[in-house]
Amino acid sequence: MIELHDITIRSGPFALTNVDLSIPENTYAVLMGGTGQGKTTILEAICGLRAVTSGRVLLNGSDMTCWKPGDRGVGYVPQDLALFPMMTVRGHLEFALRVRHCSTAMIKERVAELAHVLGIESLLARRVTNLSGGESQRVALGRALSFRPRVLLMDEPLNALDESTRDRLCELLRSVQKQTGLTTLHVTHSRVEARNLAEKLFVLESGQLREQPLTQLNPLPTENTKT
Amino acid sequence: MSDSPTTAHTSPLARPHRAGSDVSFFIVMGGLGGSFILLIVAMLAADLAFTSPKHFVAALSKPEIQRAIQLTLVSCSISALLSIWVATPLGYLLSRFSFRGRWLIDTLIDIPVVLPPLVIGLSLLILFHLPLGDTNLERIMQDSFGLRVTYAEPAVVLAQFSVACAFAVQTMRVTFDQIDTRAEQVALTLGCRRSRVFLEIALPQAWRGIVAALTIAWARSLGEFGPILVFAGATRMRTEVLSTTVFLELSVGQLEAAVAVSLLMVLAAMAVLGVVRLVGTKVIR
Repeated sequence: MIELHDITIRSGPFALTNVDLSIPENTYAVLMGGTGQGKTTILEAICGLRAVTSGRVLLNGSDMTCWKPGDRGVGYVPQDLALFPMMTVRGHLEFALRVRHCSTAMIKERVAELAHVLGIESLLARRVTNLSGGESQRVALGRALSFRPRVLLMDEPLNALDESTRDRLCELLRSVQKQTGLTTLHVTHSRVEARNLAEKLFVLESGQLREQPLTQLNPLPTENTKT
Repeated sequence: MSDSPTTAHTSPLARPHRAGSDVSFFIVMGGLGGSFILLIVAMLAADLAFTSPKHFVAALSKPEIQRAIQLTLVSCSISALLSIWVATPLGYLLSRFSFRGRWLIDTLIDIPVVLPPLVIGLSLLILFHLPLGDTNLERIMQDSFGLRVTYAEPAVVLAQFSVACAFAVQTMRVTFDQIDTRAEQVALTLGCRRSRVFLEIALPQAWRGIVAALTIAWARSLGEFGPILVFAGATRMRTEVLSTTVFLELSVGQLEAAVAVSLLMVLAAMAVLGVVRLVGTKVIR
């Protein structure tokens, strides 16, 4: 469960004030909003990369407002993916497990499981610098899921992908969420993506974060996309 | 807009456009930049014309110069390694963290870069001999570690390090500035401590900068003269490095030997820079 209570974040001239959010356990939530509204800022506040000026961040009922990012157990897929350029795909999947001093056998088993679920078995030995967009997204997702996080945050994870890759990854995200039961917050601009994935919809507009009914995502008469 | 047929015909927009030749661009840019290259080549050519293989052999066969070559190679290498050891963490901290008083640290680091080298040597000399009660730093080093610093080999390394490290810090800071911090932030969310983020994420990406900083520190150490002269002296067979050899040979009128040693320094610098850059490039690949 992800809860934000009366969060205020100030950074230079930018400010988000009195933001409230509640995503129940095992729910796939989508956050939409225009560019520069502060969607990424909200994700960073949840995972601890951005300090909040006031308010509280609760994950699965625990107040983590002052916790370090590494202690929060948040799987984070940033917009630019931020893969580790000097590591192999296997290194990415192993990283958080090595940090947690997991046994070699456990690491091996988890990496094999993730690689199978994400369909990246053949990429494990490759460096990430030569991967395609879709492959990189899968690696970033695998890295975020590797340590069985409490919640999963994704910042426009399917951005800049072609339509068929995006559809396949949407399918993958849906099945991963079903399998893991992870509470997920997915930021996107795409109504199609939101329609395919959202169980709850939040919209950030003019500094106000509001829950909207899913019917808001029904195809517009002018929309010419497959669902 | 209603252009008459005549004005439409003469309008620049109505005519096919040609970008024209880039020859003048390359002549001006190449000419300006090339003048510096020409100056360096002319200086080296003049040195080469002035000396002969006979002078080289004569200079290299002198035991004092052989000893100076040895001390130069060892002291420059130690100084460059020490510089990297210090500059890497300092460059990382300055690049990644904002804290009160950072401007003061920035200014302090730049002092060895802007000060006349002689002043660095003088300051080191005063530091080691400033009375601390009934003792001084030099005496503490001798009593505690049995290490004589002033006018001995450690003074050569310290004098070189004092200047070379400032350049290495600048290089490492720029290196870390150019590395995107997002990967490090993600590593933090994966449960890492800062130390692990530095060692496993930032440092492997900084290889090119480390090689560059090592090269710069080594080259600065090779060229250091003023601080060494003041703090370590120019005692033959003891604290003489190649830069002081040139000075000593000149002071006794041995111009040919001075030029031969100068060319030797040029060759040593080119060899080290070439090898380090080659290794650095391979490391990146």
